[in-house]
Amino acid sequence: MLARTWKCGGHVLKALGLKKSFGATKAVDGVSLTLEPGRILGLLGPNGAGKTTTVSMLSGLLVPDEGEVRVQGRPLAGDADPGKRLMGLVPQEIALYDELSARDNLTLFGSLYGLEGRRLKEAMASSLAFVGLSDKVKDKVKTYSGGMKRRLNLAAGLLHDPPILLLDEPTVGVDPQSRNAIFENLEALKALGKAMLYTTHYMEEAERLCDHLVIVDHGKVIAEGTLQELQRKIPKANRLLLELEKPDGRLHLEEVRALRGVMGADLAENALTVTVEDLATGLPALLQWLDGRGITCTRLSSERAGLEEIFLTLTGTQLRDA
Amino acid sequence: MNARAILALAAKDLKLFFADKRALFFLTLTPIVIGAFFGYLFSGNGSEKRVKIPVAIVDEDGSAVSKGVLDGLAKDEALQVSGIPRKDALDAVRKGKITVGVVLPKGFGDASARALFGGAAKPELELFYDPSHWGEMGMVRGLLTQHVMEAVSREAFSGSAGRKALEDSMAAVGNSTSLGGEDKKSLSEMLQGIARWQDRQEAAKATGEKLPAGGMSVPFTTKEEAVTSGSGVRYNGYSHSFAGMGLQFILFAAIDFGVAILLEKKQGLWKRFRSAPISRFTLLAGRAVSSATIALYCLAATFGVGMLVFGIRLHGSVVGFVGLCAASALMASTFGLMLAALGRTPNATRGIAILAVLLLVMLGGGWVPSFIFPAWMQTATLVIPTRWAVDGFDGVTWRGSGLQETLPAIGVLLGFTLLFGGLTLWRFRWEED
Repeated sequence: MLARTWKCGGHVLKALGLKKSFGATKAVDGVSLTLEPGRILGLLGPNGAGKTTTVSMLSGLLVPDEGEVRVQGRPLAGDADPGKRLMGLVPQEIALYDELSARDNLTLFGSLYGLEGRRLKEAMASSLAFVGLSDKVKDKVKTYSGGMKRRLNLAAGLLHDPPILLLDEPTVGVDPQSRNAIFENLEALKALGKAMLYTTHYMEEAERLCDHLVIVDHGKVIAEGTLQELQRKIPKANRLLLELEKPDGRLHLEEVRALRGVMGADLAENALTVTVEDLATGLPALLQWLDGRGITCTRLSSERAGLEEIFLTLTGTQLRDA
Repeated sequence: MNARAILALAAKDLKLFFADKRALFFLTLTPIVIGAFFGYLFSGNGSEKRVKIPVAIVDEDGSAVSKGVLDGLAKDEALQVSGIPRKDALDAVRKGKITVGVVLPKGFGDASARALFGGAAKPELELFYDPSHWGEMGMVRGLLTQHVMEAVSREAFSGSAGRKALEDSMAAVGNSTSLGGEDKKSLSEMLQGIARWQDRQEAAKATGEKLPAGGMSVPFTTKEEAVTSGSGVRYNGYSHSFAGMGLQFILFAAIDFGVAILLEKKQGLWKRFRSAPISRFTLLAGRAVSSATIALYCLAATFGVGMLVFGIRLHGSVVGFVGLCAASALMASTFGLMLAALGRTPNATRGIAILAVLLLVMLGGGWVPSFIFPAWMQTATLVIPTRWAVDGFDGVTWRGSGLQETLPAIGVLLGFTLLFGGLTLWRFRWEED
């Protein structure tokens, strides 16, 4: 089994004021974050926000122009820094050799961390059992399904049993069943005390898994905190759920979205979902507009803003469309 | 340096290589097949019998001299002579069926005999040739000179045309205003001597007496011996072609390795490697070890089959041969790494690299021996590593070079290894988001 990570009582990885530019483009501009044992930090942001560059600096792939990464209080310096042994990277890509078996892949990756002999065998057995692929150890990766490859990708990052896991969109392109299996793996790892960084486009994943959220855009942190803390930062943001009676062709979403105080609107059959900045002003305007079109509302409810709405409020863009 | 990580990276590459049966087949058999083809061509088709040069003789003279030239050429082992009309000869040369056509013009016999003894105008021989056989044209020209000289001098000393030419020449000497008295006397005595020789020839014909044939002949014969590593050791054309093809295909394998690194970067595998606590040198060294190992395998398979099936032998230093193989393999492996360092996309890199390898092998004398190149190119290609490798392999196989003679080639190849490796370390793009 994977070892229970020691509780050091504090952070295991700390990034301080990370900055990185590629030519004239500032990819990351002063990002700071902290990973703690048994907690998952969600790093959210649209494409090009600087998430992957941040992960690359944390894992030692890129050297920051400014700022530093500290692992267990020691600055990460150089390619062969022993601090890298404390981290496991699960890249966004399925970073495996298709033509090799799971065993051959893990043997290679384990060797890079100094694992050999019985230790390597035990580590392989443990990580494969953890992701439910013990019976596929001899199969070539090219025979795996997409979900199985994702799980093996995770196992490769766990192989040397690091206390810190850096997960860069680890569920991209997998079916719901495999995604759930990965969630369960991550929750188990959290229970073991692993400190994890999780980047994703899926708000429901971040809401389910993450204890702490850092939202980045254009390389800068624009908000951070727990989900509840973020909701408190934009207390008025609300989601209205309306059931309409035969709206037919009378409802034009672009007109709804253009109403004062409305941030977004979606229609699925008779169900209209509208996000408003302020319930007190947004709701009357919406009801008045519906009345003017002769559309009857048969049911109305409201709920607190989710991460999607928070992101929309902070960045002005939908996360998945960004 | 992390030896365990280097070995693990190399073992992974070797597993991938040997798992890919198509690549294995390509790298093992193709150099042997192509090397065998070139070796067959450069070994004289495996037989002692030489290919004769097809030559057409257009005899517009019909004299004893022109017939003598025709007979002499026809008896030459290097030529395949046919006497045909000018129009047919031209047509045959144009179509590539005849390499050289020679026209013996009307009056050639008389004019050539007169030109031999005095200052009479020389008759002109017309030669037309296939420009793709320039080298053979030179050989035909030499043989033609020999046989014309023999036929003309024979006729001049003993034939009827020669008697007339001699009389004309004696008259010309007597009437000459440019010759001094002593010169006239010497020349006249020489010509009179020849006239007496001709009289004796005529008298001998009448009585049936046998006299030595008149005329001049080439004043020497030749004994030809190919200089190889030792007496009786025959040149084996496969030695050269297998070296050339072996080098070509280890460089092709190096391209695959370089491109594989670019693909690994795209697939995120490089992120996994770079996030591990290993140095950049370890990462590149792992790749270099596997690439060099596969190059050694390729050279061993190529030369192994060459020795077992095609009679290639190491007449020179065995240590030198092993050193050359190792240095060539290292050079090829760092060449592959350099491609990964300089290349942007896998496909573009592969296209440019294939062109570069073909040029390296071609200019290095891997396809055809470098002595065929123009002199300036023979000098210029010394800056190419493959030239040193091919010459080195020629040395330790059929030339019989010792270790000391082979060391410069090994040194140059190791120098290129350092150059390519240095360029890799300098230009490798480690930081890619």
